[in-house]
Amino acid sequence: MIWNERIECATREEMRIIQSERLCETVRRIYHNVPYYRKKMHDIGLSPGDIEDVDDLRKLPFTTKIDLRDNYPFGLFTVPMSEIVRLHASSGTTGKPTVVGYTRKDIQMWSEVVTRSLCMAGVHRNDIVQIAYGYGLFTGGLGLHYGTENLGASVIPISGGNTSKQVQLIEDFGSTVLCCTPSYALNIAEVIREMNVDIRKLKLRVGIFGAEPWSEAMRREIETKLRIKAIDIYGLSEIVGPGVSCECEEQAGMHINEDHFLPEVIDPETLEPVEPGETGELVFTTITKEGLPLLRYRTRDLTRLHYEKCACGRTLVRMEKCKGRSDDMLIIRGVNVFPSQVETVLLNMSEVEPHYLIIIDREGTLDSMSLMVEVQEQFFSDEIKKLQELRLKIIRNLESVLGISVNVKLVEPKTIERTAGKAVRVIDNRKI
Amino acid sequence: MLVKQLTVFLENKSGRLNEVSQILGQSGINMLAFTVADTSQFGILRLIVSDPGRACAILRENEFSVNLTDVVCLSCPNKPGALAKALRILSDNKISIAYLYAFSMGDSANVVLKPDNLEECVKVLQEHKMELIKASELYQI
Repeated sequence: MIWNERIECATREEMRIIQSERLCETVRRIYHNVPYYRKKMHDIGLSPGDIEDVDDLRKLPFTTKIDLRDNYPFGLFTVPMSEIVRLHASSGTTGKPTVVGYTRKDIQMWSEVVTRSLCMAGVHRNDIVQIAYGYGLFTGGLGLHYGTENLGASVIPISGGNTSKQVQLIEDFGSTVLCCTPSYALNIAEVIREMNVDIRKLKLRVGIFGAEPWSEAMRREIETKLRIKAIDIYGLSEIVGPGVSCECEEQAGMHINEDHFLPEVIDPETLEPVEPGETGELVFTTITKEGLPLLRYRTRDLTRLHYEKCACGRTLVRMEKCKGRSDDMLIIRGVNVFPSQVETVLLNMSEVEPHYLIIIDREGTLDSMSLMVEVQEQFFSDEIKKLQELRLKIIRNLESVLGISVNVKLVEPKTIERTAGKAVRVIDNRKI
Repeated sequence: MLVKQLTVFLENKSGRLNEVSQILGQSGINMLAFTVADTSQFGILRLIVSDPGRACAILRENEFSVNLTDVVCLSCPNKPGALAKALRILSDNKISIAYLYAFSMGDSANVVLKPDNLEECVKVLQEHKMELIKASELYQI
């Protein structure tokens, strides 16, 4: 089923008119309500009147995570806090998270795009949807939750973790749809086998997976092991959360809800738009959001766009699976981690050298992060317990900033290779 | 009455202990006593050597994490109950021990102690006429 046929199957010209109108309105609103953006526009001699349609998009200034950090927590909100009904947060590049605020209308819009996504994946109101994304500051859980309720399907808000309980509910409640990260889906598949549950008796038929990169090989593995159709969903909290785009049953690229999120692909070096169909960095301008509208937000995800009509009948532009990133962000168990965050934590501790090495592994189906840290000689103690306390302190400090547990290994000074050029800070052993 | 102990941080990887002993051996430094404390992540080598200052400098040059710690070296008669007597004195005086290890030398059994309060430990043991080994004596062994 197509949830909003008028929009999802609009002609390119119809879409262009909708986008142009919404873009101009958004630029006006931002200019008048956010001093930071007003200054940015003044600096390049731009006034809201200069933006007349989507072709003028490239005149606008970019927004990055740095802008969000500089305006932490609410500096880029266009409405007073009395209008904000929800806050979410994701990792920033340093110790401070990136905060996003939603008005009531934003939540409705978000629900709408998630409902469209669910329909693209072939979910309908008779389905029982088990949401095993984390609920909380992370947008995954609540994003899927509201969209599923809006569709009218039944929600099981189980959140992430407690895998044997996940399996029990899939079996007992007859869940037909599973939403989680792809690596967690494989984890669930493994536990199903360990618990000797007959996979053929389960009613699962669709999985909606996202929040971390996954390959076509992993899709096939999930589809075989869980006997479902595995659908890729894309989103980032800065733009709205999950539902920015989603695959349809054709599994031929993710349809961007472009009447709300206007996409561009740029060359991350020159910042100029790439030729149509070329790979580059994905940039979004939100054209309906009220709480935190963003102009030309650089996602750092590398992909390309396809504007041809899809076999499913939708005309919404499709983006390919992201091929990588134009920055050094790592996604570990669905959590965004920047090496700079780790560095900040270590620099704030006088006991260790700021020499470190992050090692990412995939053990079985789950990602793990280890960190090698050099111990400063003056803090090296003859007592084991002091060194263990130091190790635990590093683990705690990292966990409170990153939101994931890290296996810390104390190493001898000068163990970590010094390079003349750019230091190698990350070794990613995962084969994605 | 305090003795310098050499402490070396060791990662859990093969050959590291061998390297330490080779470096010290080549420099003509004798190891009188040592112990390794290990955890699943790393180890600590504690040593009493004939020239702790020089040993420390040499290991540092070889990029080991090293430090010198003050410890107490107690000499007990080599007979049953001797250590118990010394430990009883410490316990009666509320002195806790972080770690200890033993080595023998002729007829005497020696114990290297790291108490929570070094001065108090030395004072109490001396008051009870326990025999402590001086650094100068020890390094000549």
